[in-house]
Amino acid sequence: MEYTILLLILPFLSFLLLGLTGTEFKPKTAGLIGTAVLGIVTLLAYITAVLYFSRERGADGTFQTLIPFNATWLPFTETLKIEMGILLDPISVMMLVVISTVSLMVHIYSFGYMNGEKGFQRYYAFLSLFTMSMLGLVVATNIFQMYVFWELVGVSSYLLIGFYYTKPAAIAASKKAFIVTRFADLGFLIGILIYGYVTGTFSFGPQQQVLAAAGSLLSLALGLMFVGGAGKSAMFPLHIWLPDAMEGPTPVSALIHAATMVVAGVYLVARMFPLFIGYAPETLHVVAYVGAFTALYAAIVACVQTDIKRVLAFSTISQIGFMMVALGVCTSNDPHAGGLGYMASMFHLFTHAMFKALLFLGAGAIIHAVHSNEMMNMGGLRKFMPVTHITFLIACLSIAGIPPFSGFFSKDEILTACFRYSPFMGVLMTFIAGLTAFYMFRLYYNIFWGKPYEVSEDSSHMPHEAPKSMTFPLIFLAALTCVAGFIPFGRFISSNGESYTIHLSIPVALTSICVAVVAILIATFMYKGATQPVADKLAARFNGLHRAAYKRFYIDEVYQFITHKIIFRCISTPIAWFDRHVIDGFMNSLAWVTNMTSMSIRGLQSGNVQQYTIVFLGGTLLLVLILLLV
Amino acid sequence: MNFLSLFVLIPVLMMTGLWLARNVQQVRMVMVTGASALLALAVVLVTLYLSERAGGATEQMLFTASHVWYAPLNIHYAVGVDGISVAMLMLSAIIVFTGVFASWKMQTMPKEYFLWFCLLSLGVFGFFISVDLFTMFMFYEVALIPMYLLIGVWGSGRKEYSAMKLTLMLMGGSAFILMGILGIYFGAGATTMNITEIAQTHIPVEMQRVFFPLTFIGFGVLGALFPFHTWSPDGHASAPTAVSMLHAGVLMKLGGYGCFRIAMYLMPDAAREQAWIFLLLTAIGVVYGAFSACVQKDLKYINAYSSVSHCSLVLFALLMMTRTSSTGAILQMLSHGLMTALFFALIGMIYGRTHTRDIREMSGLMKVMPFLSVCYVIAGLANLGLPGLSGFVAEMTIFVGSFAVNDVFHRTLTIIATTSIVITAVYILRLIGKVLYGNVENAEHLKLTDATWDEKLTLICLIVAIAGLGLMPWGVSNMISESVLPMIASLNF
Amino acid sequence: MIHMEYYLIVSTIMMFVGIYGFFTRRNLLAILISVELILNSVDINFAVFNRFLFPGQLEGFFFTMFAIGISAAETAVAIAIIINIYRNIRNIQVKNMNELKY
Repeated sequence: MEYTILLLILPFLSFLLLGLTGTEFKPKTAGLIGTAVLGIVTLLAYITAVLYFSRERGADGTFQTLIPFNATWLPFTETLKIEMGILLDPISVMMLVVISTVSLMVHIYSFGYMNGEKGFQRYYAFLSLFTMSMLGLVVATNIFQMYVFWELVGVSSYLLIGFYYTKPAAIAASKKAFIVTRFADLGFLIGILIYGYVTGTFSFGPQQQVLAAAGSLLSLALGLMFVGGAGKSAMFPLHIWLPDAMEGPTPVSALIHAATMVVAGVYLVARMFPLFIGYAPETLHVVAYVGAFTALYAAIVACVQTDIKRVLAFSTISQIGFMMVALGVCTSNDPHAGGLGYMASMFHLFTHAMFKALLFLGAGAIIHAVHSNEMMNMGGLRKFMPVTHITFLIACLSIAGIPPFSGFFSKDEILTACFRYSPFMGVLMTFIAGLTAFYMFRLYYNIFWGKPYEVSEDSSHMPHEAPKSMTFPLIFLAALTCVAGFIPFGRFISSNGESYTIHLSIPVALTSICVAVVAILIATFMYKGATQPVADKLAARFNGLHRAAYKRFYIDEVYQFITHKIIFRCISTPIAWFDRHVIDGFMNSLAWVTNMTSMSIRGLQSGNVQQYTIVFLGGTLLLVLILLLV
Repeated sequence: MNFLSLFVLIPVLMMTGLWLARNVQQVRMVMVTGASALLALAVVLVTLYLSERAGGATEQMLFTASHVWYAPLNIHYAVGVDGISVAMLMLSAIIVFTGVFASWKMQTMPKEYFLWFCLLSLGVFGFFISVDLFTMFMFYEVALIPMYLLIGVWGSGRKEYSAMKLTLMLMGGSAFILMGILGIYFGAGATTMNITEIAQTHIPVEMQRVFFPLTFIGFGVLGALFPFHTWSPDGHASAPTAVSMLHAGVLMKLGGYGCFRIAMYLMPDAAREQAWIFLLLTAIGVVYGAFSACVQKDLKYINAYSSVSHCSLVLFALLMMTRTSSTGAILQMLSHGLMTALFFALIGMIYGRTHTRDIREMSGLMKVMPFLSVCYVIAGLANLGLPGLSGFVAEMTIFVGSFAVNDVFHRTLTIIATTSIVITAVYILRLIGKVLYGNVENAEHLKLTDATWDEKLTLICLIVAIAGLGLMPWGVSNMISESVLPMIASLNF
Repeated sequence: MIHMEYYLIVSTIMMFVGIYGFFTRRNLLAILISVELILNSVDINFAVFNRFLFPGQLEGFFFTMFAIGISAAETAVAIAIIINIYRNIRNIQVKNMNELKY
């Protein structure tokens, strides 16, 4: 399967071509090139998936891990080196499919959405760069390759969030996203360094005895890696960049900040899962609690946001929390006894990518139509945009966990895994699932129902259905969302690699359906009508809580305080002052002292010969005297 | 005659040519010819060197030659190269080449300007090919002195002050170096000045203890060792574009190179004993430079402090004394040389248009000069260590190499040093966000034009080199790593 | 016959008068005259030592002649300089000649 290297090379070439000579092309041509390349990549990814999963299973009942290509990129020592290669195993192949599918859809969608934007070529160049980096990340053969591409996705995300580089909010958001994730990456890097030191290798599967001897340092390394993953995957308290990242173009949010890049952290934990489960189970529990808290926090905040992309952003954070929890609640490698969460997490990652991309693309279509992100400017849109309406509804039902849509199946597995871990976790996650259903339908009703859309005086501004290039991805993803749940996912991916048959746990499923339906009903009751008396009353009743949630519990303000007040005011400014005045002042004062000394003794060298001769004579007489006396 | 001497001969020929040149066209022709010849020579050298090594040459220094210059003191004109010097020569050739194009539009006294420029490059090349202590020192001085005139005459702002400060501090450093060199010479028995020969002898530890810090600080001043770095912001801010490029890109590397090749290699015992002091200083320098850069308002100051941070990392990695970290240090010299030259070239070009370097007075430059701005973003990304560009390769090699030293002190310092990658991101992105993004607020700036051909050539050359090193690091890394081995072996026996 | 000591006393007095003049005069011409006094006192010494200690030899006398010649030339140059200075600053006081100082 050596051809898989093309998966990385093709988008890279496309990036170079569009990035270097993009302006030579017409925008449409540039877009076509990017999309065509991505089409080929997608095709390759599908072929890879088919070929890979149709291979014979190995003797131990698992799919073999293939490394069709691996080359040393940067040698450090004999054993420690960065290799660049392609690693195919069930999860990486699954990710290939997810990334290429969503990316292709976004490429197609952007034709309509970004039509007429300045910098269309640049946009496609960045998309290619991002796709290349993301694919490189998932097929990494070693942790350092992963880090390399990890940084690259960070940068492409930075570039794409800041695509509208004249908008101050976009600039600030891109900067914030990069710096926050960079800070987390520092943890990742130190984790890698420790890992490389204790295991003597950067590869994913070090020797067993080395690992056993590593002890607590390994837990530390894995914990630090999780910090990196938490940064990318927007876990509390490193989540603050993701809502702001919505300043980027909406298709970008769909691709990067919903479906692919933000799940990199989950993928990282899944990739290191054998080590977590074998040598650092306590770290895994931390993962679970961080994930659960994030899921809860983000779900609450999502309930009161009014910017539709922000709601989706917090929903993403919450759903990634679900995936993290699912990984964290694993207690063993066996899917039948405590290892179910691994499969559930990957399953949810898969389905979430589809329906969340769908939601974002739908939101993009809506924003495209009404030119606003705010809920208050929407309402009653179902008449104007039927396709968007239906697909959006499908996605909402899916994320709310209503069968037979895909979200139901994956969420059900996660809840089952949580209940097996502890009843508390199960109940908590079920509650959050209910909240999810509530805020998604709040969003849905506010956009498509509620007060009728006010057509402004100049009727040129009539909301309209999006062009074909935008509706096609919606329909395609909606179709996927309808069927993806029936994929026998456990056959392909499970914690120990063996085939696992998913069976619904009926009590869990029934409870979660009930909770979701009730939540949807509450949302219907509160938000369907033209006015929303109950919601307003509640907001007024719990004013403090509502405000706090709306302000995202002031976490951003805390960060603002830390970065601006502490780092800039209390560290950088004094250091700069110290440098200019103390250190440089010392150097300058050396020069000043030299100057002063010579000024004060220059009288000796007055140029007055008579004075010289007096000194000369005095000196001579003194010498004579000394010679005479001694 | 040894072909390495061509590196010295070509600048001499260039100076003769300049002396004969009648007008600006001829001056430019001489410079372009000479600089291209140097670049070609460097490429030839790399090829020859690699083929010699591939052919099984195992000596530490290749292409050696030695002529007696002053017999009573055993001073020879001795040349020879290993992988480190080859890499440095290549770097210098690239920077000199691009520097010529960066000063293409030099209006005031171009002939004299280029004369000093050639003399400066002569010193630099001579330093890197020499293996004789005294010859090295002589070339070192030759490289320093023209700086005074280049900044003092062709500079901007408080140029006399900066030129004076820079020269005096570096001269102070060379006084230390001279003492150190004499100490080494007499400590090694006063029979030879040749570095490879001295390395075979053993300098008494008591002497090493005295002369190691002298030599290290002496070279460290040029390598921006905290707290002797303060010449750098002022000097760079006042220097003309190409001089900043050459100075930060190549001259500061003389410091790191000297610290490694002379101070540490020849006095390993004292180096081991005293490393911790300098490790502390350099670790401070790494973080300190980065934090200082965060609040600067002048483009050149930001870059100068960033240089302090990156150059401290070079010394830091050298002092870690593992093979990997030292390889990383040399890579960092290469990488920093290229990207800082790119930065200064860009700053010069932007300053030439906007007539200000204050970041508060600029915004939205991406709109009016997209090419320059994109290059600036690339330079910034290289600076903050984006994979695929040179900074990442160097920094990762350093961190992995430094982390291999197995004790709490070194580990802690390494972790402190790694935090600089976050701070770097802060100041780089702040800069990009303020200056390049946003809307053009100063209406005057709307009229500005994008890069001309000579500027594009400069920038593209440097970016290609940065990306080349970043995308295909294995060759360079292997070449350096091989040559580092004997030096590290003497430090760790 | 006059003893050698008398000559030497005269020359010593001349010498110290010259030195004193050189130290204290502020006028260039006076300084020049003082320098001449010193030179001439040395000339006397040469002649006297030759006459009394090495009679029959001529080195001392010749040296005296030589020194007189040199001092004449030197005086010519000095006066030329002084005249030029006078032309420039209308003054030959030492304290006014600080153009080249520092």
